[in-house]
Amino acid sequence: MNVLLVLEESDGKIKRASWEALAAAQRLGPAESITAVVIGAQTEALAAEAATKPVGKVVRVEHPLLAQYTADGFSAAIEQLLQNQGATKWVVFPHTYQVRDYAPALASRMGQVLIGDVVAIEDGPTFVRQLMQGRLNGTYRHSGNGPCFVSVQAGAFRPDTSVGGIDSPANAGPAPITTFTPTIDAAQIRTKPGAPFRASAQTVDLGSAQRIVSVGRGIKEAQNLLMVQELATALGAELAASRPICDNGWLPMERQVGSSGQTVAPRLYLAVGISGAIQHLVGMKGSQCIVAINKDPDAPIFEVADYGIVGDLFEVVPALTEALKAAKQ
Amino acid sequence: MKIIVAIKQVPDRDTPVRIAPGANWIEEGDLQWAMNEPDAYALEEALLLKEQAGGEVIVVSAGPERVGSTIREALAKGADRAIHILCDDLNGRDALGAARLLAAAIKPENPDLVLTGLQSEDVGLGQTGVIAAELLGLPHATMILHVEKTDAGLKVKRELEEGWFQSIELPTPAVLTVQSGGNKLRYATLMGIKRAKTKELRVVNAAEIDADGAPTVVLEQISAPKKQKSTQILPGSAKEAAVALVERLKTEARVL
Repeated sequence: MNVLLVLEESDGKIKRASWEALAAAQRLGPAESITAVVIGAQTEALAAEAATKPVGKVVRVEHPLLAQYTADGFSAAIEQLLQNQGATKWVVFPHTYQVRDYAPALASRMGQVLIGDVVAIEDGPTFVRQLMQGRLNGTYRHSGNGPCFVSVQAGAFRPDTSVGGIDSPANAGPAPITTFTPTIDAAQIRTKPGAPFRASAQTVDLGSAQRIVSVGRGIKEAQNLLMVQELATALGAELAASRPICDNGWLPMERQVGSSGQTVAPRLYLAVGISGAIQHLVGMKGSQCIVAINKDPDAPIFEVADYGIVGDLFEVVPALTEALKAAKQ
Repeated sequence: MKIIVAIKQVPDRDTPVRIAPGANWIEEGDLQWAMNEPDAYALEEALLLKEQAGGEVIVVSAGPERVGSTIREALAKGADRAIHILCDDLNGRDALGAARLLAAAIKPENPDLVLTGLQSEDVGLGQTGVIAAELLGLPHATMILHVEKTDAGLKVKRELEEGWFQSIELPTPAVLTVQSGGNKLRYATLMGIKRAKTKELRVVNAAEIDADGAPTVVLEQISAPKKQKSTQILPGSAKEAAVALVERLKTEARVL
């Protein structure tokens, strides 16, 4: 039961999300069965980093045309690697934007379907992912022949301490490293990616804020933000928001918390009218104390909240501002 | 440009969802339905491109009869015509099965561009557009916020993680999955709603489309999520709950 673990890098280092995918891979097979894959034009340092982890071996998938990520290049490279590897039962990825861009195509090319954004692996194995914006869980099983492709959600898997965690190699020394050179032709790569850029200079550093009051769709209209700003001021907190608020232009994008915005971990995170879709939760669930105010008692935000008030935010928020002011006196 | 927009009808985000007996899908009887929000943004982008460069916007949607209302909404907003792939078993298909249906309906149209939302708000697989591109043999780009037509094809703005973006150039025909928030969504006008009634809506039976293939991934069970933390819900009136919360934050959580 071999496991292929596809690692993703950023600025020459393996991304943290990749090691969480390793923690997930450990649920599917012992260290010796896991092959870690690094992809690029120059992968020596990445491979050396991967070899210090509890994996059976490391494969460098290397080609000049893989210097920059493209869906065509990466799909072709991993498809060829899988054909070359012999029987592989599981192919595990971190659920990043990059993986979302190519893994579904790669899987379907092999007659398979990616089980994406997995939050838990249970006996069977079965794979749990969220449905209905996090309000329900779905348990999925792979029923076909051939490899099963799985991507795992950021923050969902912790290293398994019962098998020694993920910080030391499986054996005495680093795992053996081999190189695989796929055949890729420049004409195969149909998209021309540009260099990443930021929209504008960041003027707010939500990452270092001690307290954050964050507002979501429940606020209904831009003018109601004033009420939430007053609460933030009373708390000495930064004001932040979930995606729809920034999409509407009610707050600048730089105040957005979630997978497409900032990841924050303040001492206090107060979520006002935020239902708690996965994309938002991954950006804030590391907060020390989470408070949720929402009219829907089944909103997924309550799954991660320490304290909750189920009620109309238009009543609760002013009451809370008053209570904070009163407590200060 | 001839643009096809693939849209999905999903449960309205404000209606409560309940697990159906058998626990392999949700109760559909009393749900309100809406156009999947990222698909609405894909439609908006298509309508803007048509306004700038001319052409035709065709919507395609798979699902049971009720999907017709969402298709009419797209026509009322300005799409020129529509294809409804009638199928009652969309939830039983995996992402490849759904993409096969769409690709089979899209292919004979030979579009210059196929747009769809980056994921659905119900099952949230986020794969249909990418797989459809693979099945159609077209290049693709995902999480797109803006599309610009160039002499060589397209230049698109792609969202990356943590506030970063990237431009991608690609030739047409192509498939793009659209992220929410790139534009402001338009409302259907009264005139638009009136006109929609006379626009072509072709219904194709899924059974007539040669898009079979047993699913390789099966949704076995739906359940309520397990709580990650035990939440203290503070009861009482808004005022009572607010006072109790401030007290807990001070003395118990010690974050004030």
